Amino acid sequence: MYKLLRFLKDYKKESILGPLFKLLEASFELLVPLVVAAIIDKGIGGADRGYTVKMCLLLTGLGVVGLISSVTAQFFAAKAAVGFAEKVRHALFKHIQSLSYSDIDSLGTSTLVTRMTSDMNQVQYGVNMTLRLLLRSPFVVFGAMIMAFTVDAKAALTFVVTIPLLSVVVFGIMLVCIPLYRKVQEKLDGVLLSTRENLTGVRVIRAFCKEEEETQRFLDRNEALTDAQKFVGRISALMNPVTLVIINGSIIALIYIGALRVNQGIITQGAVVALYNYMSQILVELIKLANLIISVTKSIACGNRIESVLEIQPSMTFPSEAEAKQGDSSCEYTVEFRHADLRYGTSNENALTDIDFRVKRGETVGVIGGTGSGKSSLVNMIPRFYDAFAGEVLVDGVNVREYTRGALREKVGMVPQKAVLFKGTIRDNMRWGNPGASDEEIHAAIATAQASEVVAGKQGGLDYVIAQGGKNLSGGQRQRLTIARALVKKPEILILDDSASALDFATDAALRKAIKAMEGSPTVFIVSQRAASIAHADRIIVLDDGKIVGMGKHDALLESCEVYREIYHSQFSTEKNGKEGAK
Amino acid sequence: MSPETKSTIKKVLQYIGVHRFQLAASIVFAGASVALTLWIPLLIGRAIDCIIDAGKVDFALIKGYLLKIAIAALATALLQWLMNTVNNKITFEVVRDIRDEAFRKIEKLPLGYIDSHSYGETVSRVIADVDTFADGLLMGFTNLFTGVVTILGTLVFMLLLHPGITAVVVIMTPISLFVAKYISTHTHDMFKLQSETRGQQTAFIDEMVNNQKVVQAFCHEDENMTEFDEINARLSKYSLRATFFSSLTNPGTRFVNNIVYAAVALVGACAAINGSITAGILSSFLSYVNQYTKPFNEISGVITELQNALTCAGRIFELIGQPAQVSDEGNPALESVRGEVALKDVSFSYVPEVSLIEHLNLNVRHGKRVAIVGPTGCGKTTLINLLMRFYDVNEGSISVDGSDIREVTRHSLRKNYGMVLQETWLKNGTVRENLCMGKPDATEEEMITAAKASHAHSFIKRLPQGYDTQLSEDGGSLSQGQKQLLCIARVMLCLPPMLILDEATSSIDTRTELKIQDAFARMMKGRTSFIVAHRLSTVRDADIILVMKDGHIIEQGNHSTLLQKGGFYSKLYYSQFDG
Repeated sequence: MYKLLRFLKDYKKESILGPLFKLLEASFELLVPLVVAAIIDKGIGGADRGYTVKMCLLLTGLGVVGLISSVTAQFFAAKAAVGFAEKVRHALFKHIQSLSYSDIDSLGTSTLVTRMTSDMNQVQYGVNMTLRLLLRSPFVVFGAMIMAFTVDAKAALTFVVTIPLLSVVVFGIMLVCIPLYRKVQEKLDGVLLSTRENLTGVRVIRAFCKEEEETQRFLDRNEALTDAQKFVGRISALMNPVTLVIINGSIIALIYIGALRVNQGIITQGAVVALYNYMSQILVELIKLANLIISVTKSIACGNRIESVLEIQPSMTFPSEAEAKQGDSSCEYTVEFRHADLRYGTSNENALTDIDFRVKRGETVGVIGGTGSGKSSLVNMIPRFYDAFAGEVLVDGVNVREYTRGALREKVGMVPQKAVLFKGTIRDNMRWGNPGASDEEIHAAIATAQASEVVAGKQGGLDYVIAQGGKNLSGGQRQRLTIARALVKKPEILILDDSASALDFATDAALRKAIKAMEGSPTVFIVSQRAASIAHADRIIVLDDGKIVGMGKHDALLESCEVYREIYHSQFSTEKNGKEGAK
Repeated sequence: MSPETKSTIKKVLQYIGVHRFQLAASIVFAGASVALTLWIPLLIGRAIDCIIDAGKVDFALIKGYLLKIAIAALATALLQWLMNTVNNKITFEVVRDIRDEAFRKIEKLPLGYIDSHSYGETVSRVIADVDTFADGLLMGFTNLFTGVVTILGTLVFMLLLHPGITAVVVIMTPISLFVAKYISTHTHDMFKLQSETRGQQTAFIDEMVNNQKVVQAFCHEDENMTEFDEINARLSKYSLRATFFSSLTNPGTRFVNNIVYAAVALVGACAAINGSITAGILSSFLSYVNQYTKPFNEISGVITELQNALTCAGRIFELIGQPAQVSDEGNPALESVRGEVALKDVSFSYVPEVSLIEHLNLNVRHGKRVAIVGPTGCGKTTLINLLMRFYDVNEGSISVDGSDIREVTRHSLRKNYGMVLQETWLKNGTVRENLCMGKPDATEEEMITAAKASHAHSFIKRLPQGYDTQLSEDGGSLSQGQKQLLCIARVMLCLPPMLILDEATSSIDTRTELKIQDAFARMMKGRTSFIVAHRLSTVRDADIILVMKDGHIIEQGNHSTLLQKGGFYSKLYYSQFDG
């Protein structure tokens, strides 16, 4: 939590002035018992009405000044808290965007969403309350003690005993509660997960008639959450009663000591009343402090969770603009793998082993292989989504590690396996590839991606609004639009990561033709499981279990590569005959 | 108060009503503890009156009062603790009940609702809104009720002490209420705006964080950041307004209280000079004034909090109040299904303006294999939505073994279908839990057999904990193809009489697929199957191939007749051999 506070630094003024004005208000409050004591001793004791009226006007005056200070304080506190939250959310979102693919794999996204939403709200509330009250309350407590000493030092010793005792109770309960609140939050995550899962997986859950089981699972998780909440509630509920007992014990002592002192003629009755009033102020402030501490505790727990996300070092770093190298776009080979190995996470097995090949500018490369053979892994290394464990990957003659993130990914147009589109118009989505793309450019890309009829069929064409997750489009429509999105970028290297799987063969074939005819003739990687999709590539890389087992043109591979032959025949054993028969 | 707020309050009360005994106990504890709390200043005042001047202190009386104070304090503490505990219990249980009900509703929502609402928004209702509601409710319980009791109790005690000074207090405190009310009515809209903007932000975060990989692939971080900052700044603006204006309540009412305090001091001191009250009574009075006005502070604070809570409660009740899918209660279950599926004159569209499937007729005999092919967006997946009754037809009817599927239970219908979708979805849990989803009582052997048949066994074995490997959200580190293999194994384990394979092997390589084909063939034997595929090799052996375009079946027949016909199908078919 501590490190999060750096986000307050732009609100230094507010963070200082807020509490300061609160203290000002509190100082005025501390004067009140003295005024009342004076009323009792001089006004009532001396039967002086004029004096009494004057003192009461003073009380009113203190109230007015108090109001002004506290409104000012509330404004600064709110401004600092809200501004702080804005900054933290910004930083958190930015940080999440800087995490690498493997970081995101291991973190899971639903936790990240909770961190940014409900945790964040709690922290904002906590900061606001802290600025308003955290200084004020101790100030009043100690201020009351000091004022008591000015009234009568001996009687004021009660304060010296009471305050530490109360602090022990308050902080003790707080320390016990912190880990418990963390547990509550974890349980809440479980409830969140269940809810999300039942929305995203609704079809499967209903198809398997799992509604009741899922409900039971949710009920269990929710019950566990409730139990945890009740448990921590019971402990924090101790705070007020225990402090109440201590304070009243002190008042009893105070009155008794006061009685002795008055009897000896050392202090007046008004002084006893003032002492009692100070003690009451302590109680009020401590109750506030206690409640505040509970919410601050919650906020700190949430803050720590946010901080732990911020502290994750992205597992991949990119060189700065100054250090980065520029690729040489006249270099003969666009993409070059030099004995590259790839490992995921902490695994000690290679996902790819000794990948070594060079691709000339404008070539079309097909990558084929079985499920889990490493096809996607291979192409994911080109835009450096994952780093080589050994060996190196070069783009335009420069190691991918020496590019800035932007420069490298500028060169590469990626169409991922999962066809994801975002909420917004089709045009907005297309401009992901190139923010300045004109409608003509977009239409051209869409035509190449065989998606013209998709767009034409939608009301408003490019202005058609895609729902979150592209839910108002079919899988094939989404896929073609994601291809178009990558084409709008006019990339030097285009990677189609099994991204024609939802397309029928006619569309797939037309797509490949259109890409080939594209101006600027990009280097194209087509990852596919369909031999037909890659058979016409300039070069085919055949992967098996993370190793290259064949490389070359279709006809040569059919001769020489057994794996390729198997794949091909699994798809074409009879079609070929059928085709010849039909012609 | 708007009618919606009223109905929200009514619903909240219904949930609380379940706990009426605890509520009654809470009220008793609160009443008793407040009475005791109020008694203490009175005792203190009396004790102070025994301390008059040097040599004029009545120690015997003081000791009596002090003992009473001690007893009162201990009793109050106990009662307070009990009250807090009970309040906690009520709040958290009410919240639990609401969440439970919301979830039950989610399980019954029509797919149309789920498909058309963002997940993030619904999740935020169930999680964040309910949390805010809980905070408000808890504060309401602890502060609102004790507050009211304190006000009434103080009034009684003050009247007993001095009716005249009491009148001063009673006349002046409504100003405090007025201030509080003024502020709270003006902040309600601000809170609503804040909560709506929060919803937007959550939806945006949900979308972008979940698809972070695509965002990075397109270097769209900066644009996202800009958009995020725009929402963030808006949220910040509304938040500042809501936070600041609502936080004026306390200073405002405290100011009024200070004025009241000064007035009481003035009137009380004059009365004391006249000799109608003692200094001790004035002291008791002053602490009553503090106690009397403090609850107004708290109540006004609670009111803003409660308003916020009610807005959130309104949003969650809106979810709970969504119409559920048409009930199938009382419908007979489909039993011993043979698998005769008939579609009669079926028309369907998601939105009335855009027609999709129109007047579709189809008869499928028991054990037949139906393949559906056609260009993307032609309505293949929609057909499956209808067969599974995820959506109801607009016109016409679908029947299984002669019974209209709307006249049997959904469970019995769906249990008879085995479904593998292109969108692989796995639940958070172990591989084992996922595989045994359709047949929880499957033996280890059955499970492994199914996994082997779908060629998933070998990669499962290589996972860190084999079948007990925990799969994170949506399959996590598994590849698309591996996930699909798991989905196939999941169906192979339960083997219902009808099958739906929607692009079931689209992410699996053909070598593996070829190996699975045998298992598929065995599985489909004697089972009515619907297969949607792009890869025409999987379609070739179907008994009936339906060629769909724009919601209509344009060709129908088996592979060879369709090829001979030389129509759309043959065009599709040959296109796969073109470069």
